[in-house]
Amino acid sequence: MPANLFNNFTDYGIGIGLRVPHYRHILSKKPVVDWFEIISENFMVDGGRPLEVLDAILEQYRVVQHGVAMYFGSADRLNREHLRKLKRLVKRTNTPWLSDHLCWGSVDGRYTHDLLPMPYTFACARVTADNICEARDFLEVPICVENVSSYAEFHASEMTEWEFLGEVVERSNCGILLDVNNIYVSSKNHSFDPYEYLNNVPHHRVGQIHIAGHSKFEKYILDTHDHPVLNPVWKLYAHAVRLVGRTATLLEWDDRIPTFDEVHHEALKATRFINELEDAAA
Amino acid sequence: MRRSKPPGLSTSLRTPQLKAGSRSQLKQLQQLMASALFRPLTAEDRMQPKWVDGRAMNKVAASFIKPNDRLTSFERLEIYNRVYWFRVLDCLYDDYPGLRAVLGEQKFMKLITAYLTKYPSVSFTLRNLGSRLEKFILEEPKWAAPHQRMALDMVRFEWAQVVAFDDPAKPSVTPDDILDAKPEKLRLGLQPYLSLLQLDYAVDEFLIAVKKSESDVLRGEASNVIEAMPKESRRLQKKVRLPKRRRLHLVVHRFDNMLYYKRLEPEAFAILSALRDGDTVANACAIGLAASRRRRFNWSPQIKNWFNDWSLLGWFCRPDSNPKES
Repeated sequence: MPANLFNNFTDYGIGIGLRVPHYRHILSKKPVVDWFEIISENFMVDGGRPLEVLDAILEQYRVVQHGVAMYFGSADRLNREHLRKLKRLVKRTNTPWLSDHLCWGSVDGRYTHDLLPMPYTFACARVTADNICEARDFLEVPICVENVSSYAEFHASEMTEWEFLGEVVERSNCGILLDVNNIYVSSKNHSFDPYEYLNNVPHHRVGQIHIAGHSKFEKYILDTHDHPVLNPVWKLYAHAVRLVGRTATLLEWDDRIPTFDEVHHEALKATRFINELEDAAA
Repeated sequence: MRRSKPPGLSTSLRTPQLKAGSRSQLKQLQQLMASALFRPLTAEDRMQPKWVDGRAMNKVAASFIKPNDRLTSFERLEIYNRVYWFRVLDCLYDDYPGLRAVLGEQKFMKLITAYLTKYPSVSFTLRNLGSRLEKFILEEPKWAAPHQRMALDMVRFEWAQVVAFDDPAKPSVTPDDILDAKPEKLRLGLQPYLSLLQLDYAVDEFLIAVKKSESDVLRGEASNVIEAMPKESRRLQKKVRLPKRRRLHLVVHRFDNMLYYKRLEPEAFAILSALRDGDTVANACAIGLAASRRRRFNWSPQIKNWFNDWSLLGWFCRPDSNPKES
């Protein structure tokens, strides 16, 4: 039974990101994993090894697509060629939902390859929501938008980040991929209370949760995905699952990637918090 | 929490602030920020202190980025400026080890910085980041001096490997498919992932030596130590002797989704090039042999063997169109 309106896949459990250094291990050892998240853009190609690997993974595992270059918050219209390629991949993977970020990253056809923050205005929320609706209508698959970590804020902003997220998802009637590490990183960089953020997002729209590690610098925190999940993030995660219920959860580990077993072990720590939640309910 | 006065606040109060109250205002703001990100870093890896029109960059940054109690608007924007350049430079650093070895690290970094300044990415995927590198070196050869020709050969060779890795494959034409076809009528396409390269330097052997040299270094270090270092400090590889000038015909392709490159005889190269140009098999063979220096050679069994090998490798497919037919 779904924990909430947008979460029809509560049985998905704990997944990990599919990354190149683990291909050989996964394909030869076939470890038991609840599901894999793939970066869509890595497989939006026309042939060769990436698709061969993906097909082999799809034979054994459930796969969910996560994008990094749709740029829902871009003032430009969505790139139709990008959407067409993405739809081909959606048909290949049968992903039950698809996620991308609440950000922008390209303008006038030039790409920064980054997840850049939005000015939190009502006009920007409308632009972003329109783009999400266009993508969903074209792709014919439910969409969850993910909050990004950020290092800058705009003078133009009229509301908090969580209010902006709420405005966008209500306008576009889409789900949320709640990244609790990103909330933590941004809360430190912008001096807000991460629990206030969690308490005020529309919980009934959370379809997936991300957890990850980050790196501390003297004056800011960077979202590096190159460490185990730190304790303050686990605490936020525990709070999040209390608010939204049992939810598909994924560990992101993208740099200085350790062995598959190490990554999987780290991800499975999330099980403890979900079990505690269910014990309390019983 | 006590908050001190943000260091850039007085500046930001004096500077007109950009709004984002409409799609067009959002676009202006995004154009401004993207332009700031695409500007190269200084030699100290900092954001440039002056804007394109000569204004102080801290004023430009303060017009749209809020300062906080630890960072000025300039410093907050600079984080994104640095992340952008580190990401794209790292990507080309990894994808073009051969070009890097031809030019040396310093020249390579200058070349790719100039390249990305002129040609920022126009693709959603970093896979295509080097797609205009050949064009750039042709337009601005000074960045590759004194090894322009060698650098061009290497860039073509390394880009061909990107193409061979994941470009589409069409259904192969098998020997049975063309058993009864007449060579005077038969046209064969070549797989889109296959590149034919006529080169002036033996960059294939050179790249193998470069990769071996780099992997020898990597094997000698703990993997996490290497990964923790910035790319530029990995200058430990042995110097590999630059290739000598030598005409080379190369095909870059894949088989069973593994990447290969293979040297071709000039006649074989000419035949395959003619097939790709849309010539019939008979014409392609005639073109190939016309260019040959070998006389009194029995070409029949040789050509049969070539076509047999190429067919087994899956290089042939049906042509898209027949430009030479019309």
